[in-house]
Amino acid sequence: MSKPILDVIGLTMNFGGIRALDHLDLDVYAGEIVALIGPNGAGKTTFFNCLTGMYAPAEGEIRLTSPETGKQTLLAGLKPNKITELGMARTFQNIRLFSRMTVLENVMIGRHCRTRSLIFGAIFRPRKTREEEQDTVDRSYRILEKVGLSGQVDELADNLSYGAQRRLEIARALATDPFLLLLDEPAAGMNPQETAELVDLIRRIRDDGHAVLLIEHDMKLVMTLSDRVFVLDYGEKIAQGTPAEIGVNAAVIKAYLGEEVLDEEMP
Amino acid sequence: MAVPVPERFKRAAMVTMISIKDVKRSLLVSLWFVFLSFPIMVIQVNPVERTVVWRWSNMLYMGIASLLLSFLVRIWLLRQERRLAQKQLSSSPQPSILHLLLKQQKFRYPLIIGGSVIVLAFPLIFSSYQANIMTTALMYIVLGLGLNIVVGLAGLLDLGYVAFYAVGAYSYALFNLHFDLGFWPALPLGGLLAALFGVLLGFPVLRLRGDYLAIVTLGFGEIIRLILENWNAFSKGPSGISNIPRPGFFGVEMSLDQAMTFMYYLMLVLLAGTIFVVNRLQDSRLGRAWVALREDETACQAMGIDKAQTKLIAFALGAFWAGLIGVIFAAKTTFVNPASFTFMESAIILSIVVLGGMGSITGIIFGALILILLPEYLRPLSEYRMLAFGAILVAMMIFKPEGLIAGSRRVYRFQAQKIQPMLKNNE
Repeated sequence: MSKPILDVIGLTMNFGGIRALDHLDLDVYAGEIVALIGPNGAGKTTFFNCLTGMYAPAEGEIRLTSPETGKQTLLAGLKPNKITELGMARTFQNIRLFSRMTVLENVMIGRHCRTRSLIFGAIFRPRKTREEEQDTVDRSYRILEKVGLSGQVDELADNLSYGAQRRLEIARALATDPFLLLLDEPAAGMNPQETAELVDLIRRIRDDGHAVLLIEHDMKLVMTLSDRVFVLDYGEKIAQGTPAEIGVNAAVIKAYLGEEVLDEEMP
Repeated sequence: MAVPVPERFKRAAMVTMISIKDVKRSLLVSLWFVFLSFPIMVIQVNPVERTVVWRWSNMLYMGIASLLLSFLVRIWLLRQERRLAQKQLSSSPQPSILHLLLKQQKFRYPLIIGGSVIVLAFPLIFSSYQANIMTTALMYIVLGLGLNIVVGLAGLLDLGYVAFYAVGAYSYALFNLHFDLGFWPALPLGGLLAALFGVLLGFPVLRLRGDYLAIVTLGFGEIIRLILENWNAFSKGPSGISNIPRPGFFGVEMSLDQAMTFMYYLMLVLLAGTIFVVNRLQDSRLGRAWVALREDETACQAMGIDKAQTKLIAFALGAFWAGLIGVIFAAKTTFVNPASFTFMESAIILSIVVLGGMGSITGIIFGALILILLPEYLRPLSEYRMLAFGAILVAMMIFKPEGLIAGSRRVYRFQAQKIQPMLKNNE
């Protein structure tokens, strides 16, 4: 296999005296769907925040390699917007849409880092800016078609249903042209029907050439969707492997269900 | 005239079903008002003759007036509640009457043409006093539009906006004093200097949000004013700088009236330019980034928007217009001193933005006209002028908290639909 597009080595994050992440290693290859699971408070979202530059990790390296150019970048100290520009975009666990903007505008914001016009372009609207704007609108519309929101483009984001808001978050992240998409609990609060559609959507996103790293509590979704699974507990990686391997892993079952379930002696 | 009021009133009460509890509350309100206004309205002390006049009839009037008003407010609130409940069924926001009027081709052009004729002929129709007030109002519209970039679009609460206004005014005054610089070169220079100050303020407050930002900007405004007041060698202190020349027009000699009329048209041109530019900024990549920044900074950054750059541009552009108007202010009054740049000015400009409707150009135009013209035209009320003004403001904020005309979002067209992009306001 070629080089991983995301390579995390020994990532450590402390909050005061609490170690939220403890020497975590993780890698994602192009074309993969990788899941990150673990009980509540295991440090999954903290891990995402470290990856996207919102937290500064205490130790460890994060390397991002563009699958197209092969250019490798060390993420240490980069601002969140720079990291997004490199090709890694995320969604949020607690939905963070621009609620008083329309659905289309939300996605157009995602195009921001791929477009250039500033004050001059805004005021004088040279041809280049007009073309750029039209391109932004058209691409955003196509992405909304992909996630099934093309019927509600002019609706305010606030007025969408919960499931639709989650899909809009994905659309907004896709608009930044990421080669790696980070999804933080995309199925949270969705009904089975919506979850099934989401599984379908994530597969299509993968088929379009975006690798996906997702945090999820819905085990059925994780098991059906992901190629590989990483399991976190108290900031440490306790297991990694294919869904089938994880399903029978003793440490994982213990972390999720407690010690008594397994009739084993643990030191 | 006394008979029809209770008739109509009764009908309104029946329609909206006022309960006994509401009546009791209104009675309580009016009693409270009578009590509060007792010292002002009833007791009249004549210090010369050392007598006290008790105007008991005033108490009665106050009681009746406040009772009626409180009833009206209650009915209005009930209706509003009902309307809100209905509105929740239809999700899309209701456009304002003005927007609806402008949308209809039949009304659109007559409205626009009629409006522009009045605006263009204003100094010819009305007295120079009126034109002068109107010029001031136009200046505040531009100030409001400038602050709207910072507060309305980017969501950065700036309480020290007047500082940039002062920078503009003093840059013209000082450059003229020391280097004999004329109005025309000073105009862009004042704007650019103010923009520079905007960036200077922007850097330290990049990480601040909401009330913290408000406090720092408030402090910044005061610092500029205090420097101007105390650094005598630089700014001539509280006595200010006088004899600032009015703008010239290809060397034509103008009388005071003509100069004022010229000022009016100059402001009109500047306002038109500002509206054009602000409108374009709003509907651009940058404008969207500002609004997104207002909505959610964290998500904004995660979506690849450079927070620092976007904020600094907002501060600089907002300050630029304050600087321009500062230069015009100095030229109009031919005199500047620090007393013109107190916190009160910032508060008025901010009120224009909030009252008019954040992020809405039409709203701000109306907001400025109301806030600047109303105190002038309320002059017949003499000592109750500011009281009435305050009451109108409070009433506005209760009944229309989103401002006179709330900002609306643009609707885009796609290539797939084969329709040219249609803009919200212009084109």
